[in-house]
Amino acid sequence: MVENRRYRNLLAYLVLTVGVVIVAFPVYLAILASTFDAATIINGNMPLVPGDQAAENYYRTIFVGASRTSREPVGLMMMNSFIMAIGIAVGKIVISILSAFAVVYFRFPLRMTAFWVIFITLMLPVEVRIYPTYKIVADLGLLDTYTGLILPLIASATGTLLFRQFFMTIPDELLEASKIDGAGPFRFFKDTLLPLSLTTIAALFVIQFIYGWNQYLWPLLITTKSSMQTIVIGIKKMITTQDALTEWQIAMTTAVLAMVPPVLVVVFMQRLFVKGLVETEK
Amino acid sequence: MEKRAFFSSKILPYALLLPQLAITVIFFYLPASQAVWQSFLLEDAFGLSSEFVGFENYRLLFQQPEYYRAMVTTLVFSSSVAILSLSCALLLATQADKQLRGGEGYKTLLIWPYAVAPAIAGVLWIFMFHPTLGTLSRPIKAMGIDWSPMLNAKHAMILLVLSATWKQISYNFLFFLAGLQAIPKSVIEAAAIDGSGPVRRFWTIVFPLLSPTTFFLIVVNIVYVFFDTFGIIDAVTGGGPAGQTTTLVYKVYADGRLGGDLGGSAAQSVILMIIVIALTAVQFRYVERKVQY
Repeated sequence: MVENRRYRNLLAYLVLTVGVVIVAFPVYLAILASTFDAATIINGNMPLVPGDQAAENYYRTIFVGASRTSREPVGLMMMNSFIMAIGIAVGKIVISILSAFAVVYFRFPLRMTAFWVIFITLMLPVEVRIYPTYKIVADLGLLDTYTGLILPLIASATGTLLFRQFFMTIPDELLEASKIDGAGPFRFFKDTLLPLSLTTIAALFVIQFIYGWNQYLWPLLITTKSSMQTIVIGIKKMITTQDALTEWQIAMTTAVLAMVPPVLVVVFMQRLFVKGLVETEK
Repeated sequence: MEKRAFFSSKILPYALLLPQLAITVIFFYLPASQAVWQSFLLEDAFGLSSEFVGFENYRLLFQQPEYYRAMVTTLVFSSSVAILSLSCALLLATQADKQLRGGEGYKTLLIWPYAVAPAIAGVLWIFMFHPTLGTLSRPIKAMGIDWSPMLNAKHAMILLVLSATWKQISYNFLFFLAGLQAIPKSVIEAAAIDGSGPVRRFWTIVFPLLSPTTFFLIVVNIVYVFFDTFGIIDAVTGGGPAGQTTTLVYKVYADGRLGGDLGGSAAQSVILMIIVIALTAVQFRYVERKVQY
């Protein structure tokens, strides 16, 4: 462009660098705190370079747990979070790809009704119907189970719409060709549709994994046993209003551990993450 | 849009739809309709008996000063977060849109907070601004401000807004950047040749072309602040001090869980449902318009 480009680019680097520093600072402090002992943090003069307690803090957090407030080892909580996040991602992909396949590739009575019944669920997040949903899960005996953590959160249309949109872009000739080859619905699904959908599946997996890992209100309500607790809930219980009880070095170590899996997913699967985000929000 | 080629089978499509429909009916339609039904019932404190009371729960709700306060809190909270995170994200996106060396790297460094759970974001900000041990509360106190987010409602709200904004910037940044990259460079170059400066070019050409993205983001941000910030509020303030950071969604939880007022909580859920449906409808109409562009 016409203006002095060097000056404008310098300004851009400056703004972006300030942005990155602001965005990273809270996490940097948490990482720092995970390398000090309790006393250094409590006296309010934590240095801005790492200390030497990292190994001790991470070992204790993962395998032993905090001693005063939440006594569960965080390793167990992470496993619960993993099961929940993967269950939500896989469950959502399976039910939505099947229903999108039915709606797009079959003609049957009530097809559009079924589509609308699914479509309307886009409108309400689980937070607004929280108590009745809780009651149903309780009546089904699913409190404190992985099924109870997972199923209610996959009851929404985002995945179905995403797959439907994608199937619509697949040329009709592909189905005609496989029909000439004598393929039935199962073979068409397995040999043609599934391989073509892999990118969409992966993008949806990334987004749903992060969604599941980060859940708060739902696991807070339906898990009462501490052995079923997820890491996002666990950390909140470590921070008490009575300052004397909070072991900040353990809480911050837990915060770092809770951030690692979803952040890694975003950083390493950036292309799929962006695709999943943009397309599920349409 | 319809496919020309399809399978005809009597049972198979229903079998394929069954898992999704079953989960949707059991965990979506059933609870949503029960919320509506419950909002017309008055239950005694032990949950032993209930009677149909029509709109009584709603009438009681609108007599509560706390309900209006939660409305105002929600409004203040969501508009502050939306304005702050949208403007920061727009600034960063316009800079990242310039063809810079290392631009992709900056993008990666800016988008990862999306992956941090709202509750964890809250915990990070509590630590940073903790009145006695927080690294950033020392300079604030040095300026002579009696910083105490646990006791002062204004301070609590500032902390909530900052942590919710911090988490939302990456999301808005991604959508703004995508919007900016969709604007043809030739349009902007033409304006540059006509002699308009960068600031003027931004406000007269780029910003109007971005307005569909901006509008979409405003709706999404409001829904985000309404629902996804539950974890932030519960972790940072627990709705306090004295209920002054209780938003509408937090109040549904607090009244139903802690207060045992199921009818009142259900009535609040129904009102929230109406708000979300209205917002979603607005968003869909906008999406339809975008398709015609």
